[in-house]
Amino acid sequence: MNKNHYRYVLRLGDNALILGQRMTEWCGHSPLLEEDIAMANCALDHVGRARLLLSYAAELEGEGRSEDDLAFVRSDREFENFLLCELPIGDYAFTMARQYLLDTYHYHLFTELVSSSDETLSAIAQKAIKETTYHMDRSRDWVLRLGDGTEESHERMQVALEGMWNYTEELFERDPVDVQMIAEAIAPDPEWLHSKWQADINATIKKATLSVPEKKWSLSGGRNGLHTEAMGHLLSEMQHLQRTYPGLSW
Amino acid sequence: MSDSFVNDSVEASASKPQILAVLEKVCDPEIPTLSILDLGILRDVVCHPKHLEVVITPTYCGCPAMKTIEFDVIRALDDAGYKEVKVTMQLAPPWTTDWISKRGRAMLLKEGIAPPVESKGSFGQGIKCPRCTSHDVSLISVFGSTACKSLYRCGSCLEPFDYFKCH
Repeated sequence: MNKNHYRYVLRLGDNALILGQRMTEWCGHSPLLEEDIAMANCALDHVGRARLLLSYAAELEGEGRSEDDLAFVRSDREFENFLLCELPIGDYAFTMARQYLLDTYHYHLFTELVSSSDETLSAIAQKAIKETTYHMDRSRDWVLRLGDGTEESHERMQVALEGMWNYTEELFERDPVDVQMIAEAIAPDPEWLHSKWQADINATIKKATLSVPEKKWSLSGGRNGLHTEAMGHLLSEMQHLQRTYPGLSW
Repeated sequence: MSDSFVNDSVEASASKPQILAVLEKVCDPEIPTLSILDLGILRDVVCHPKHLEVVITPTYCGCPAMKTIEFDVIRALDDAGYKEVKVTMQLAPPWTTDWISKRGRAMLLKEGIAPPVESKGSFGQGIKCPRCTSHDVSLISVFGSTACKSLYRCGSCLEPFDYFKCH
């Protein structure tokens, strides 16, 4: 097994799964019926993507684990998602700001992965990019509407961005896993993604009459299994059934 | 669809048109009048020495209907006498609404769902109300009752309707 290849795909799968799980928390609680449906729709796309990626990761690992084993019986220290994905949902401004930052990240990432030397990743990216484009249109729209909205919505969107800004550097870190993936033409260089991402985000923030937060400090560690307190709580809910009744199936 | 069916294997009597006729009766569980052929989900039928392989592709990554469709394919072919069937999921090339057949589009319209306008245009251009054919329509939400549909409202007959969005 190529451990770095496995970890790269696992990280993509974990980001999709953990963010998807956060999004499902709005099911039945969104501010508008249409938003409730939209959020559930997008969450389903993320969970679907997670299934494809975790199945593939399990195949690369070659130890007989399944997508369900990876999703439901790993502990927090074994998950390698970005910290940004696991942060609690907050208010709707926080949720949509996070979606926008990550949709834009995924938009550029999948655009590049379409031409990955890894055919399976390319196939998943070709599917996911179509969905992500719709997701990004919606989340960008919310950043604009709330940012350039009422005094309160503007304030909340600004606070949301400030609150998550210090978690964004992690999206573009480069460790030995990335270095090998770049060398094998499997994945794009995070630095390149960063410049594309930053340009888009800056333009939207400006259009939304918001200001780009100042980076005061940076938190990372998610990709090496070091998570925030929120992660354990998320997993305890998501994994409840498999932990209580190991091996349970439909 | 590639013509990869080989007559001299599986069952001598089997022919691709016969198998397709069986699969034509397998419908999308969400839109029960639309077959997987008309929806463009069925990509290929391949005949192996000991089994039939049916290749399908998902509309969306998280489409919850795929498992049901897989079971329905196996059951329909089993009923028709094809006992050894394997359903393969193929991701690339990715499904597109351009693969929905003319008949499929007509079926959608009959169900009260506006069919997708040819892709590459700007979102929502050229959509007609499936009830009164008015062009006076407005978008309520890009994300409708299922991932593949958007919700619109007609300004003429005032009815809301689903639009099968381009993908």
